[in-house]
Amino acid sequence: MGRPMRQFTAHLIKLLHNFLALACLVGALFTPVVWAQDAPDVFMQRLSSEMLDTIRKDPALKAGDLQKIAALVDNRLVEHINFKRMTASAVGPAWRQATPEQQKRLVDEFKTLLMRSYSGALSQVKDNYTIVVKPMRSQASDTEVVVRSEVRGGNEPVSIDYRLEKTTESASGWRIYNFNLLGVWLVDNYRSQFAQEINAKGIDGLIATLSERNKANNRK
Amino acid sequence: MTHQSLFCKLLVLLLVLGSVGCASVEGQGKLAIDPFETTNRRVSAFNEQLDQSLVKPVATTYIQAVPTLVQDGVHNFFGNLGDMWSTANNALQLKPMEAAETGLRTAVNTVFGVYGLIDWGTRLGLQRHNADFGQTLGYWGVPAGPYVVLPLLGPSNVRDTVGVVIDSQENKWAQVTPASVRYSGTAVRVVDKRAEYLGMDKQLDAVALDKYAFIRDAYVQRRLAHTRRGKPPADDGDDNNKGTEERFDQ
Repeated sequence: MGRPMRQFTAHLIKLLHNFLALACLVGALFTPVVWAQDAPDVFMQRLSSEMLDTIRKDPALKAGDLQKIAALVDNRLVEHINFKRMTASAVGPAWRQATPEQQKRLVDEFKTLLMRSYSGALSQVKDNYTIVVKPMRSQASDTEVVVRSEVRGGNEPVSIDYRLEKTTESASGWRIYNFNLLGVWLVDNYRSQFAQEINAKGIDGLIATLSERNKANNRK
Repeated sequence: MTHQSLFCKLLVLLLVLGSVGCASVEGQGKLAIDPFETTNRRVSAFNEQLDQSLVKPVATTYIQAVPTLVQDGVHNFFGNLGDMWSTANNALQLKPMEAAETGLRTAVNTVFGVYGLIDWGTRLGLQRHNADFGQTLGYWGVPAGPYVVLPLLGPSNVRDTVGVVIDSQENKWAQVTPASVRYSGTAVRVVDKRAEYLGMDKQLDAVALDKYAFIRDAYVQRRLAHTRRGKPPADDGDDNNKGTEERFDQ
């Protein structure tokens, strides 16, 4: 190979190098945009695998350390979950009679209670578990979808499903507003208990009961 | 059918009719799904009492005192017996994939795992798909009927109570003789089952506002999801679910 040829090759490599660097930069800049175009099942696969990895690497999370779980939810999950919608759905028609202040307290207390369930679920996670999100047929025009998944690795598969809504408030474009564990929709499972409290003691009664339960859980 | 098994069936039937009978006299239930709530709550309280004073302490001692190897063997053995019956029910519910996987699993475990003592199936990635006769009845259109809490056995409904009677008779363990072996085996099975859920009751106390209602609603939802013919466990069964839920936050 002659000298000009070698020079040309070196030049080409440098050019390629610069191009790759630029491509990476552009890629990094536009990642959120790519995220936003994700189909809901792709988004859920990414989110659940991420969470599973985080849990696997952290013994405190696996052991159900409530403070660490609360931090994890606040940092990584909150933007993907519509707690207000979940709470309103569990409270039912009485939600509309509640003052904004009452609504805010209901959301806060219910969120804490749900986190408690989540921490219980995390303590069951074993190292060999994997999450398989089932492929789904969805159209770009869908605003609410159900994404189904299965935790495999134990001696029987554990089904976990999610209801997602399209939103402009999170980077992924989707937000969770209900969970289904083994055939049970979590939000729905609180409806009759909430109604019972509201019928007996009103909205403030429900807030008091929730807050008492959360405090009792914290003491343990 | 032996006289003894007939006796067992009659006993369960009597217990159910008994509790249903008492309840229909009261008729105070508010929820359509749970007209016998007052009686159900009483039976629940009785079951819980029995659990706290007998079953739970025994299960706790069991996991502390018995070597893990023995525990695993017991757990796998009864799990394998259950898998055989699940295979049949998956087939009756026309679920070929579930029947095949569970059937293969129980074949492998029975032949290579010394009558199911060793669970090779899970290690080979063959997973269990539980199915019982109550589900099979539901699959073929038998309605669940009101929620019933059975003495000793816990949450059920009228249909699943019939299912449980058939399950207990069709189970291979019901054919074991002598009776003394069968009864002690059943006792061990109950303890093994309870040991599996030891951590759960604390969790349940933490997340439920009313434990009875929480368990009831979960049971009803779960059984409905499992008996819906060919449909996945969503309450609408539609992949492209478009806002069937009423919203209150807007």
